[in-house]
Amino acid sequence: MKRPAALIAVAAALLATPAAAAQCPQTSLGDIEDEVMCPVCGTPLGLATDAPQAERERAYIERLIADCRSKDEIKQALAAQFGDAVLALPGDAGDDDLSDVLVYVIPALGIVLAAAGIAFAVVRWRGTRGPRAGEASGAAAAERRLDSDMERYEL
Amino acid sequence: MRRVLRPVPIAVICAVLALVALLAYGLAANEPNRDVEGALSRGTREPAPALELPRLSGVGTESLEDYRGRVVVLNFWASWCKPCREESPLLDRWHERMKRGGGTVLGVDALDVTADARDFIREYELSYPMLRDGEGESRESFGIVGFPETFVIDRRGRIAAVRRGPVDDAFMRSQVAPLLKERS
Repeated sequence: MKRPAALIAVAAALLATPAAAAQCPQTSLGDIEDEVMCPVCGTPLGLATDAPQAERERAYIERLIADCRSKDEIKQALAAQFGDAVLALPGDAGDDDLSDVLVYVIPALGIVLAAAGIAFAVVRWRGTRGPRAGEASGAAAAERRLDSDMERYEL
Repeated sequence: MRRVLRPVPIAVICAVLALVALLAYGLAANEPNRDVEGALSRGTREPAPALELPRLSGVGTESLEDYRGRVVVLNFWASWCKPCREESPLLDRWHERMKRGGGTVLGVDALDVTADARDFIREYELSYPMLRDGEGESRESFGIVGFPETFVIDRRGRIAAVRRGPVDDAFMRSQVAPLLKERS
């Protein structure tokens, strides 16, 4: 009775080990460091090459990767240490939700609407801007003066 | 003859002015707060900015107000900061001396990983109280631009001296020892 149970346990262990190895590590340093900041340097971590604080932050991320934490879990752990300002992407709260997309879509919509508004205003402005009465009579007077000058000098 | 400005040049001028204003604001906003140095150069002591932070141990919070009546050497540090390693043993020796005269060193670990900070404290066997400012919020009010930086606060909660960089024994003797003799 004990032998089949032991065989099943061994088989389960053999199957589980490669599956766990395939899932861990779940992310890499390179994948994370362009999405988080080096708080002291004020730049994304990927750009902070020699700063001591950046080195320490990278070491912390590598420890979390070795602990098989996911990318979101690592970003949440960084936010717990350094505050939300450590997250480089706008609207990022260390999770994947609708706000991560809306933070890009809403400003883009705003820019498109503003551009459309300006274009509409320019088209209307050009349409209403015809030759003015004063300008037309001024041009005619100048032409008459030129004609009289030409006659006087008999050119 | 009346000249009418076209909308495109107006928009370009507005955009350039807005850009210049933005750059000026950016420069002004990044200027570190040097009110403390200004007051000290006039021979006056300004009240220290309010500071309330969690203890590095993770249990409870403390504020500068809790230390009113004592001389406080407020030291901002981080475990990744190399000069902090050099000054920490000196600060710990001074903490022992100051205790007898009614003073303390108070460390603020800023922008640091908590576990690394605790390792640092164990490594250097630091005995003075430690607070944690993970987000570095106190940097702005104290005008901190690097680590370590140290503020000497008198018994009435006013800043009596500042060192932007590591402290040494001469600084502690000249700036801290006289304050210990002052009465509140």
